[in-house]
Amino acid sequence: MARIGVFVCHCGENIGRTVDCAQVAEACGSFPGVVHSVDYKYMCSDPGQLQIKEAIKEKGLTGVVVAACSPHMHEKTFRKAAAAAGLNPFLCEMANIREHCSWIHEDRARATAKAIDLTRFIVEKVKRNQPLVPISIPVERRALVIGAGIAGIQAALDIADGGREVILVEKEPSIGGHMSQLSETFPTLDCSQCILTPRMVEAFQHPRIKLMTYSEVESLEGYIGNFAVTIRKKARSVDDELCNGCGDCQSACPVKKIPSEFDAGLGKRTAIYVPFPQAVPNIPVIDRERCTRFKAMRKGKKKEVCGRCLKACGREAIDFAQEDRLITEKVGAIVFATGYQLYSIGEEQPREHLSGYGEYGYGEIPDVIDGMQFERLASASGPTGGRIERPSDGKEPETVVFLQCVGSRDPQKGIDYCSKLCCMYIAKHTMLYRHKVHHGRAVVFYMDVRAGGKGYDEFVRRAVEEDGAEYVRGRVSRLYRAGDKVRVCGFDTLSGEPLEMDADMVVMATAIQPQPGIESLAQKLSVSYDKSGFINEAHPKLKPVETNTAGIYVAGACQAPRDIPDAVAMASAAASKVLGLFSNEELERDPCVAQVDETTCSGCFHCERVCPYGAVEHLEVRDRGGNLIKVIAKVNQGVCQGCGTCQATCPSKSVELLGFTDAQIFAAINSL
Amino acid sequence: MKLGYFPGCSLHATAREFDESLRAMAPRLDLELDEVEDWACCGATSAHNTNHLLSVSLPARTLAISEAQGHESLLAPCAACYSRLAYARHALEADPSLCDPVKDAIGREPPTTVQVLSIVRLLADLAPRIREKVATALDGVQIACYYGCLLARPAELNDVGSVEAPTAMEDVVKAVGATPVVWNQRLECCGGGFSLSRKASVVRLSRSIVEDARAAGAAALVVACPMCHLNLDFRQKAIARRSGERADMPVFFLTQLVGLALGMSATELGLGRHYVSTADFVARLSGQEGAAESASEEIKEVG
Amino acid sequence: MPPLAGQGRCLESVPWRGAPVSPGETTLEVSVSHNDHTGSTLAAHVRQVTGLNPARCYQCGKCSAGCPMAAEMDFRPHDVLRLIQQDKREQLLSGESLWLCLTCETCTARCPNECDPARVIDTLREMVWRDNGGAGAPRHIRAFHKSFLKQIRRSGRIFEFGLVAGYKMRTGSLFSDVGAVPGMLKRGKLALTPTRIKGLDEIRRIFDKCAAAETDAEEP
Repeated sequence: MARIGVFVCHCGENIGRTVDCAQVAEACGSFPGVVHSVDYKYMCSDPGQLQIKEAIKEKGLTGVVVAACSPHMHEKTFRKAAAAAGLNPFLCEMANIREHCSWIHEDRARATAKAIDLTRFIVEKVKRNQPLVPISIPVERRALVIGAGIAGIQAALDIADGGREVILVEKEPSIGGHMSQLSETFPTLDCSQCILTPRMVEAFQHPRIKLMTYSEVESLEGYIGNFAVTIRKKARSVDDELCNGCGDCQSACPVKKIPSEFDAGLGKRTAIYVPFPQAVPNIPVIDRERCTRFKAMRKGKKKEVCGRCLKACGREAIDFAQEDRLITEKVGAIVFATGYQLYSIGEEQPREHLSGYGEYGYGEIPDVIDGMQFERLASASGPTGGRIERPSDGKEPETVVFLQCVGSRDPQKGIDYCSKLCCMYIAKHTMLYRHKVHHGRAVVFYMDVRAGGKGYDEFVRRAVEEDGAEYVRGRVSRLYRAGDKVRVCGFDTLSGEPLEMDADMVVMATAIQPQPGIESLAQKLSVSYDKSGFINEAHPKLKPVETNTAGIYVAGACQAPRDIPDAVAMASAAASKVLGLFSNEELERDPCVAQVDETTCSGCFHCERVCPYGAVEHLEVRDRGGNLIKVIAKVNQGVCQGCGTCQATCPSKSVELLGFTDAQIFAAINSL
Repeated sequence: MKLGYFPGCSLHATAREFDESLRAMAPRLDLELDEVEDWACCGATSAHNTNHLLSVSLPARTLAISEAQGHESLLAPCAACYSRLAYARHALEADPSLCDPVKDAIGREPPTTVQVLSIVRLLADLAPRIREKVATALDGVQIACYYGCLLARPAELNDVGSVEAPTAMEDVVKAVGATPVVWNQRLECCGGGFSLSRKASVVRLSRSIVEDARAAGAAALVVACPMCHLNLDFRQKAIARRSGERADMPVFFLTQLVGLALGMSATELGLGRHYVSTADFVARLSGQEGAAESASEEIKEVG
Repeated sequence: MPPLAGQGRCLESVPWRGAPVSPGETTLEVSVSHNDHTGSTLAAHVRQVTGLNPARCYQCGKCSAGCPMAAEMDFRPHDVLRLIQQDKREQLLSGESLWLCLTCETCTARCPNECDPARVIDTLREMVWRDNGGAGAPRHIRAFHKSFLKQIRRSGRIFEFGLVAGYKMRTGSLFSDVGAVPGMLKRGKLALTPTRIKGLDEIRRIFDKCAAAETDAEEP
């Protein structure tokens, strides 16, 4: 016979304001099987928990129902309290009378009635709860970090320094990410490469970091502590064992006019190339799309053409026949750190809900560039050696107009959010420009200046006060070519006057977006993302680096626009989560998973087809003589996430979700 | 191809040559224009600015008659009429709650099927046929295609390509062999309906259009809107007085340009009704000695 | 149990902006917005008639930067939205600025936050016109629209000569542009007699019904 205790919480005024908690407790006291029912101001407080513990002991309770907030908040608290009093924690459940009742209703009488119903529902369920024991699973204590920009490098170094092995996967030929392209960094104006390259080298040399550049995650199987990841190592066409990075192949390559990705299209590279001088590893890759030999091969020509790199290489490292390789690795945790790309204002857009800026010429006005291109112009390692020259004719621009919020905060173009970094880097650009071109004008069109951060606002003020940047509050309506200048049609909302001016060059702070293809990678990893493609964190405040798939963490600008300090902080946080996970040899997990009744399962495998997690396996049932009787479904409890889809689908009712059996659910529903 | 035809008030008055040139050109492109019987004014800016239901009901009556005549498509050459008719169709579809009051007002079933076509869309679709039938190719002639507001905006009613970078008019101009110039003012407003009530604004706005077309090397402007034509052609003298330039930038309706290429005469196309003389342009086109004089003779006769 | 929703798929963020309301719909009960949309403020009026929320305007000024008439207006498009947000009815509705809008829709095409300033201005003009028969509109604009609509009511079509004459009579500016008349006549651009359509009774019915509908809408 069930002996249930009901504990109704006022949550201060949160519940008590709308729900008559004393009345709820009184009503629950009369439910069949309820032997104890009380209300209290704060059930989650120490005295509140003590009441539960004492009642379990004194009244010999077989089940506990706490009518309070969402189980997301305090289920753990109350289950621990129950366990401390000797009750199996899975016999304790919560009825949510706050989020589901008091917060969303105004009528006190009706809200109280609903709270009673909600509690009755859980009481009927708990009467049929069975004691459950958490599942133990082993942990593979190696980590995978996807993306080797500053966030990925930081996470990998922290995990490796913590004593665990890391596989660091980067899709580009070199690690370093966008930070390696930047000239100086705000708010200190220190050289980006000077602070980044030591970290790159450290990652390269670290004994516990296995670097896999020019590689991408192909697929993922398994679950927290036990992932099996397949990585595609793309054909580099250069043997990384033999190559010594001398660069002779690059000098020999005749295809020299390919726009360099590293220089944001402003510089040129060869078809066999190392993206930049400090690249890690310093091993070239052949761009098969542009290489003369591969082009000829694709056209079906038999004769082997060009091959100058092959001849130039003294170590026979060039390997035209190299193919992609698939490598499978076992890891226990994953850090998602794939970074960002800049929004393009062109007519063609990667996502359906985005549209380009026709009013800014769809990117076809030559002296209208984006922020990353300006970084390359300002960088000493850039195509102009750090001289500010405009792309069309190489002239030093005397008026540069900077536009903030191009794409950002522009729902009409498909992006609602603030890209966060632009205010700061545009201020930096004005400074860099004015430091190099003393007589030049730097005019910034902005909507708001968002410079929250240590030393950030001071930095923007310095741009205005000491470096002479002219800030105009207003968004620009149109850009068009006027002779060799760019006509900027704006409006100064502070003076209330239209403002038209001619610029020699326009720099647009285009929005920060996730990398292309992030959706498909997120799908492979079963992590959710928002409509812009940014990875969702598990909780916006309390779980900022976890994803909603256990064992997968997120760091850097793939989660939201992040500057370097933010990205690094997130990476270290994710690394500490990974190390925390790896501090155990075994993991405990929720036993609310599906279980198959071997006697009634007919082996139709509907469950296998509907399972979103691939948790259903085949089990051969044999008699004593070893003869096969039937093949039935079996749930891998490590993989099962307890969604219950199989239970709802099974035609013979042979699958039960522990903790949510049909008997429990139907009894609860029938109570209403 | 049979099309419903809604000339609109302007095409019977200030923009008569738009109507004339269209009717003259139509048979050459195998178009049969079936005028909407007893059509009424679309309500234009005045209804639009003062009474929303009226601004939908007036065009809705015309559209309903057009449907009753069996038109699948209705051609509204005037950009302003096009805009009002297309808006009425769009509004009735987007907001079903409008249907009852409109039905009550017009005493007919509100339109549901007829497709409103702008002249630019129609001619762009016919570009291959135009290219075949060109008699006098306008090879190398630099033309500034001027869309103004109503053909491009709002986005929901735009049938000429994208809002910021439409191409339909350029497609037509290319089909007759001419070269569309790259210029900046093709989507700016000419001052529209303020021609009568606020002349100074119109002169200011239209001036920058004419000057930009000239700076881009255009030999003529091409429009598809009677109001734009009025402001750029009729007001060009006033503009010239301001800017000190000569009022010598011919402004053609798109149908007139196509008509010229199809080999039609200045008279057929109503070129004599223009304020800015088109004689030099036409003469250069035929490329003959003395042609300028005969062309201007012909044009004068009409005038 | 771990949350099922969103495993490896896109999660729509929770709508915070208020659900879109179809034009003409006057109840906003579906909206999660707590912004005033039932009261008698200008913002509430605009929202009821158009479903547009004037509070969305963040004053970036892109509308005014592209407005061809901005140089001549006291209140530019972004000012109009600001004055609506502040509910400065008198200041906004009494001036000439609203009537200087050409409805070229450049503002609407480029507004980053989808405020549709052109539609908002239309709505205000309609409101002024309806409230006191256009008395709030500047004299010459009122004269133009009155002449224009009267013409349609009388003939079903616009007869430009009559329109111009009517307009000139109302404004008293008899002699401006009068020099253009002979040229217009010579070019056949002005008809001297109006064309009347057959279905004039239909046109009158439309005018009467539309005027009545407006009045009905005003009554609570």
